[in-house]
Amino acid sequence: MRLSPDQMIFWQHGFLKLNGTIVFTWGLMLVLAVGSKLITRKLSTDLKRSRWQNLLEIVVTGIEKQIEDVGLRHPEKYIGFLGSLFLFVALAALCTIIPGYEPPTASLSTTAALALCVFVAVPMFGIEADGLGGYLKSYMEPTVIMLPFNVISELSRTLALAVRLFGNMMSGAMIIGILLTITPFLFPIVMTALGLLTGMVQAYIFSILAAVYIAAATRTRKPKPAPVPKT
Amino acid sequence: MDNMTLIAVASIVTAGLTTSLGCMCPALGEGRSVATALTALAQQPDASATITRTLFVGLAMIESTAIYCFVVSMILIFANPFWNHVIAQATKVVGK
Repeated sequence: MRLSPDQMIFWQHGFLKLNGTIVFTWGLMLVLAVGSKLITRKLSTDLKRSRWQNLLEIVVTGIEKQIEDVGLRHPEKYIGFLGSLFLFVALAALCTIIPGYEPPTASLSTTAALALCVFVAVPMFGIEADGLGGYLKSYMEPTVIMLPFNVISELSRTLALAVRLFGNMMSGAMIIGILLTITPFLFPIVMTALGLLTGMVQAYIFSILAAVYIAAATRTRKPKPAPVPKT
Repeated sequence: MDNMTLIAVASIVTAGLTTSLGCMCPALGEGRSVATALTALAQQPDASATITRTLFVGLAMIESTAIYCFVVSMILIFANPFWNHVIAQATKVVGK
């Protein structure tokens, strides 16, 4: 019973292993990078445009609108990070249709890496918005007593992000594996469809949660009172 | 009961209990949250985008506790360190 794509070894030399997680992650990155490069080679701004450009525009404007709804006012600053998160996790879930493919997010190492990226990005965006002192002061936000709780909540949020995505992806793959040994023909297909749905929802949840954490770190603390003109 | 039997029984029973509790309690919570979200949608249909998004984020939060229970059950059944330890010991004894 294979618990994760870490155990699919394609090539091994000493302690260097090329396992399923690495191969599928690099495959996804290749598809995303090469696909976007090919589509954006000749962008057109008039009414005649290729359908792939239309698709990309729908995706990008959709993500921008979602980021703005969450409360981040200049979505173009954050869409690079948040959009990439969403597209990677969504494509990883979508490619489950391809036989022989295991989503790399079904391995705790991939999801831990993604969660660590969010863990590093939130203070980076917060410091960029508020300055180092302002951001560190936000940890003592209601009172100084809340400092350890705020720090613990930062760490536990990151852990929850990683385990949530890992659990959802791994459970999808495992249910299909178990059902294949019990009822081979109908239920694995149904469970694959359910796995696709939960994969898309989890991709959306991951990026929306990252956006919410960044919004919480970059919101303006106290509005500066407007200067009263001296009459 | 020797060590192996004890560990096996404890792992199996705990895995079953973990999965059952992990399925029941988050389901109750999610049911309540969806019911409240539907009431809010009926009262304010034009806020449906915000309500739907908040509903999904809340459901994902609740779902993650169910996923924690599932992960623990899977570890108990498939990657149980105590079981691996006693199996390794038993294999060493048989091999001697």
